[in-house]
This record gives sequence, structure tokens and C-alpha cells, in this order.
Amino acid sequence: MTITTLAADDIESLCVGATLLGTGGGGDPYIAKLVARQALEQHGPVEVVSASDLDRDARVLTVAIIGAPTVILEKVPAGTEFVKSVEALSAYLGDEPAAIMPIEVGGLNTLLPIATAAEMGLPVVNADGMRRAFPQIEMTVFTLAGIPAGPMSVADEKGNLCVFETVNNQMAETLARTAVIQLGLANAISCYPMTAGQIADHAIADSLTYCRDVGQLLQSVQRIEEGAWDRFLAETRSHRFFEGKVVDLDRRTTDGFARSTLILHDLAGSDRVMRIEVQNENLIAYVDDEPVITTPDLICLLDHETYEPLTTEAIAYGNRCHVVGMPCAPEWHQDGVVDLVGPVAFGYDLDPVELPR
Amino acid sequence: MTDERPHRIGIDVGGTNTDAVLIGDEGSVVASVKVATTTDPLDGIRAALDGVLEGQDRSRIGRAMLGTTHPANAIIQRRGLDRVGVLRLAAPSSLAVDCSAAWPQDLRDVVLGPTAIVEGGNEYTGAEIAPLDEDGIRRLAAEVAAAGCPAIAVSAAFSPASPEHELRAAEVIAAEVGQALAVSLSHQVGALGLIERENATILNAALLSTSSAVVDGFRSALAHHELDVQAYLTQNDGTLMTAEEAERHPVLTLASGPTNSMRGACALAGVDDAIVIDVGGTSADAGILVDGFLRESTAAVEVGGVRTNFRMPDIISMGLGGGTIVRTEDGGLRIGPDSVGYAVSTEARCVGGDTLTLSDVSLAIGRLEGFGDPALVADLGADLLTEATGWVDAQVAGLADRMKSSRDEVPLLAVGGGAHLVAERVDGISEVIRPGHHGVANAYGAGIAEASGSVDKVYSYDVDGRDESLDRAKADAVDAAVRSGAERDGVRITNVVEIPMTYVPGGGCRVVVKAVGPLR
Repeated sequence: MTITTLAADDIESLCVGATLLGTGGGGDPYIAKLVARQALEQHGPVEVVSASDLDRDARVLTVAIIGAPTVILEKVPAGTEFVKSVEALSAYLGDEPAAIMPIEVGGLNTLLPIATAAEMGLPVVNADGMRRAFPQIEMTVFTLAGIPAGPMSVADEKGNLCVFETVNNQMAETLARTAVIQLGLANAISCYPMTAGQIADHAIADSLTYCRDVGQLLQSVQRIEEGAWDRFLAETRSHRFFEGKVVDLDRRTTDGFARSTLILHDLAGSDRVMRIEVQNENLIAYVDDEPVITTPDLICLLDHETYEPLTTEAIAYGNRCHVVGMPCAPEWHQDGVVDLVGPVAFGYDLDPVELPR
Repeated sequence: MTDERPHRIGIDVGGTNTDAVLIGDEGSVVASVKVATTTDPLDGIRAALDGVLEGQDRSRIGRAMLGTTHPANAIIQRRGLDRVGVLRLAAPSSLAVDCSAAWPQDLRDVVLGPTAIVEGGNEYTGAEIAPLDEDGIRRLAAEVAAAGCPAIAVSAAFSPASPEHELRAAEVIAAEVGQALAVSLSHQVGALGLIERENATILNAALLSTSSAVVDGFRSALAHHELDVQAYLTQNDGTLMTAEEAERHPVLTLASGPTNSMRGACALAGVDDAIVIDVGGTSADAGILVDGFLRESTAAVEVGGVRTNFRMPDIISMGLGGGTIVRTEDGGLRIGPDSVGYAVSTEARCVGGDTLTLSDVSLAIGRLEGFGDPALVADLGADLLTEATGWVDAQVAGLADRMKSSRDEVPLLAVGGGAHLVAERVDGISEVIRPGHHGVANAYGAGIAEASGSVDKVYSYDVDGRDESLDRAKADAVDAAVRSGAERDGVRITNVVEIPMTYVPGGGCRVVVKAVGPLR
């Protein structure tokens, strides 16, 4: 058994890790941290279990927030919408969940399922479908495994609820997004209902503890502990590709989605230039027009002095940062990954590049 | 009418000194004075006015501007803060985060009175989340008043765009308890981000007594000197609020100290774009001015341990000052980060003290004049001086480089008592300027300040178009600047930030615009 518990103290490390795995997007997890801390203080610690600890037929339901981070800053969760979305899907399926699981360990959605699990008195499964942030529901390892996102439910804080049956995961994304625009852009979603057996076979394992551990490693770096930076790079198998200063930030809205381009100049004074293409998350990093990090690998920007992970919304002219390439979860390396979450999936005519080992 | 009285008085009430400066035609410094800050700020302001007005023609003085760190110090020292009620209009949303969720325990104990989250607030579209729960508001108002709290902080979801529920809540509170409670409304003090704005509003309400004391002191000092002038205070970005507005919104003045100092230094030097390094006895602060305003930080700002969403000046500090201690150990040098601070005038080697400081190094290599006796540092070896000077120059160049946003060379202004540490040549810097009167740059920065207005709203580019949305935001910001006292014809847009909303199609974009203009 690999049962461990998450208490209010773990939330800080998870929050740092979640910002890093947000890879520039995913929404600032600060609000989610407050929600999770309050839920754990009210309802007590949450058990973290592996899918293999559960009965293979046991029902596991996911929960996440869906909407716009800018709106969530104002329309802070009620808490009840998450429980409602899980209960609605559970009622539709006609069985009770044995555990809650995050769908996206990266950004806001890392911590909210912990609050929901605390409130419902259920354990949380130490796994997810992304282990980073992605903008769309179908961008999971579950899609690669042929697991449908539907039936799924969307709920708001007032009691409005919808349950959808969808023919494919792209349609699940379209329908959910349409509902959310009508429901105030800060809603709860429960999708990819699975059994513990399906999760054991197809999910990214241990992602919550990975996130916490990565957060702790980065906190050691932030405290300037001896050797912490090298340990962080070694244990995440990451590489620092650039130390630069943001000299240009071009934000624009195309196809409805926010895209931007970041230009960084080398801090050491050479003529090397890094360009990062961003759509919600950091997707492609070039050095002198040569791609060096591509999605689904993670492009993480850290403040040069404090080593705080930086979200795209917080970046401004003159920011000095480290740019780190971090390999995506190994579970992503299977057929179909490039079409689903590679550069081409975001409209870039580019082959993915491999990170140095 | 004020055109006939173009002269201004700038006053800065700092933790240690109260400075005043009389500004004459075309920004000239007619007189300046520095006195000790007093427990009751009124006495220091009076003394400073005594000094600066002596023998001057008062008939041409039309305005007086005050910058103060008094409210900031009250929060840092947890002193003079009122206990206040907290009302949030957002239910059923936001119930997962209590009003006190982000507060450190010690400040929570001092500041937070009864709290309630009641139904109300708006969606991003402007629609109501729920009809306003006026009974709930009355119940909390009565409870807060009964608890003896003098003020209440009211925050509604999306109030920066839709302030109606907050305004209505203020009416309901007044009808219930009369003048017993002062009311702070969040849309008047903060930007988007409910929790951070609520925190700022609570701090604002807790500071109302402190701000009243400062503003009363300012007004009675002006009256004492028979100055019939318009009174203003400076806010975080270096622009002005009327004294009446400042009394109600003290939290907007928290960062005015460093802002006034750096803007004042640039104005004294006659430049709009420059890096400013303010070197004191213990530490150096660096900031960068673009078009006369300090670049602001995008990071969340903690005030006394509470997260807020003010735009604060982007200032970096480091342990580099005139009193920084230089030690010889293991054949090498260890410089700082500790310092003898203001005691440099008695403890430094060059004034007969025992401690080797960076001021001694400056004197020995000829950067410092008019302080100490060169004979007392004549024994310092060439190697030591070269190494120490190299270290200082690298720190200054590093600070300047961290502030720069491009490779272009910009001027560097060196101010403060330790400005002698800054060499005449700095890497990446076009020229080093040492403006005159920089000892009162703070008060001068307050005295030259202008009026401003701003807008922070979410627009739909798909529905309204980008150009039209931006035009509307700019027009609203100009109107807001005019409402704060700016001359309409002189108002210019100083800042436009567009932050597209991520994860939703539809062209939603948060737009932040600031407009600034001279007082009419």
C-alpha cells in the first residue's frame, strides 16, 4: 500500500510545483491554494491512494475548474459546484465514486480536487491525465488510450447543471466550453469517468506526489540551499536552456485564443536570442530560430533571482529569468501524441524536438 | 484662479525626517528644509513649513502636496490600526475562501472584526450573481457597530466593472447605523482580483483613523501658516489625490515614499527616462523611470504579510551603502552586507572611528569630498582599494543592468547620502547624473505631482472591436483624471496594458489604462 495523507502543510509545496507544471499557464494556483487549505482545515487531511490500491472496478471521478483564470480571480469558487458536478455525474452513471482524481496536475486544477475530496470524505488518486497544463479537455493520455471524456457534467455555484453525452473528446471540449461561456466562465467539470483499473493501466501515475516533490525541490532552490539547483535539474531531468531578459512581449488574440510571443536576450551579453511562442501555455522555445523545446515537453520560466515560477500573465518587459526545459511525463510517449499535443496540434508546422538526456 | 498662484509646497513626512520644499517658477527650488519627524506629524509639518516659508512671498503659493510613509509604517508596526468589519457581496460564489483566509494571525487579531459573505456581486458580463441580500447587510452592520468597530470594508465580485452593489450596500449600512461606521468600498481602492482587493479594502478601513490624523495635521499646519491653498497627497504611482480623497483612501498612499524620491530626482535632473539609484547608509534602492513614471512590478505585492493587488513601483534593494563594513579576512576582502548605518558619521575610520567602511574607501580613492580626514585613510593599500572599488562598481552595474529593459544605454541618477559610491562611469550607462537638491528629492517629487485616472476592465473584442474598446477605456481614464482635478486639454495616456483572457474564445481582454495631466 502506498497510502499517504495530504495536510494543510503540503499545500504550499504543491502550489509551487503546480505553478511550475502550469508551464506559463494553467491559472495562478493561489486561489486554489486558499480553497484547498480551508477545506483541509474544515474537513481534515485527505488520503492519497494509488489506483492499484483500489478495487479494479471501483468508480473514480475527476473534478476540475473550467473557465477563464481572469474571471476566477473575481468569481472565486463556492466549493459546492465541484461536489455538485461529481454528484450529478455519479447519479447519471448510477454508481458511487470511491475516489476523486485530478485531470490536470499543473496550475489551478492541481489543488481543487483535493478540496473536493476533503469535502466529500473521499481519497484522492495519485494520478492525472496531463502532468502539466493543457488548454483543452481532449488533450489527455486518456484520449490516446481511447477512453471517452463523456459522459461529463458541468455545474455552476447557483445550482445550474448539465450532463453531456458526446461522440468524441473534441466534441466534449466544444460542448463544455459553450456551456461555460453561458455559466459565467468559472465552473466545475467532471469528465472521463473511469474505473480504478482503467486508471492503473492508462493514467500518468504518481503525479500529485511528483508535483509536491518538484515543489519542494524548487523551494530548496528558493532558500538558496547548497546544491539545490543541480539537484532540481537532475531529479526532474531538466536542462537550463537560457538565462535571459524579456525585451519584447507581443500579446494578441487570434482565433479567439490568446497567443503571444516572448523575446529574451542573453543576460551574459552574447547575441543569442530566445523566442517563446505562447498560447495559454508556453509551447515552443527557439534559440536563434532553432527550436530547442517543444510541446508536450515543458517550457518553464523562473525568476532569475527568486526562482519563482512565472506565469504568462505576470511577465513584463525587463523580467530576468531562467528558461528550463523539463521532459513531459513518460506516459505521453505513445502513438498519436504528436497529433494530439505536439506543435502541429497548436497550428505550428514543426516536428517536435527531443530534449537532451 | 490658480494660474496666478503657480508656486507649490512639497512636503515629505518620512520615518526619520520631514522635508519641505518651495517650488517656484518653472520648477525652480526657491527654498528647502529638513527637520526631524515628530510623534504627532503635525509638529514636524509645522516646523518644516516654518523653515521653508521664512522670508518668502506666500501670495503666489496655490497648492501644497504631502507625501507620507505614516500609513505604511502603521501597518508594518501594527500600530494605530482600527478593528473593522468585513462584508463580501459575492455569495453563493467565493464561499470556499473566507474573508480572513490570507491574513497572518497577528494582523488578523488586530484588524478583523465581524465578517460576512452575503448574496450579491456581478458576473464578468455585468449580470448579477444574485440579488443583493440587504437583510444580511443590515445584520452585519448592526453587529459591527455593536462590536465597537469604527469602519467596515465592503467588496463585491467584479465591482471594478460593476460598482452598483457596493454603492447600494453603503446606503443600506448608512440607513441602518447612521454615521457610526465609516465605509470603504473596494472598487475605489483596488483592481481586479477579489481576494487581493478585499484585503486592500480591509487595510484601508483599518487605516482611516491614522489617515485622518495625518490629513488633519497637514490642514491645520497649512491653516496655522495662513496658507489658503489646495491640499493634496501623493499616491503609489506618484500622482495626486485631494486631501479629502486621501483621508478616505489611505491605502493608495502606501508606496509613495520611494516613488516621490525617484520621480523628484529625475525632475530635478530634467530627464524623463533614467535609472535611479538611491544609496543610503545601509542599502541601495534602484528603480527605472519611463516617461517620468516608475516602472511598476507585475508581481503580487504583500503589505505587512497580506497579499494585495496594487501596482507598486518595481524597486530592487541591496546591501550597499556608505556605512557598509569592509573586513579583511583570509587574505581577501569581505564587504557587507552589514553596515554601521547612520553611525557612519562617528564610526567610520575617516572620522576617527574604528570601522572600515565603504565611505573610507570612497574618500581614499577621491570619490568622496567634504567628509572625514583623508590622512586617516592614507594607510589603505592599493590592492585593498582596487578590490573594494571593483566590488562596488560591479554591484552598481549589476543593479543598473537588472533595471534595464533593453540594451540601449540610459542615464543613471545617483542620489542619497551614499551616492559617492557610484563611479563617474558605469557599464551600460550613458552618463551618471547627480542632481542638485537631491536631499529633498522626496518633497520635490510630491510638489511636482500631477492628477491621474485609471480604468481596469474586461472588454469583449469580438463584440465591440479592439479599437473601439481601447478608445472607450482611454476616454474613461481621461474622464477619471479630469474628475481627480486634471486639466482636460493637458491629459495624456501614460499606460495601456492589454491582457487577453486565456482559455476562452470570444476575444475577452482585460484592459488597464492610466491617464495623467497637470492640475487645473
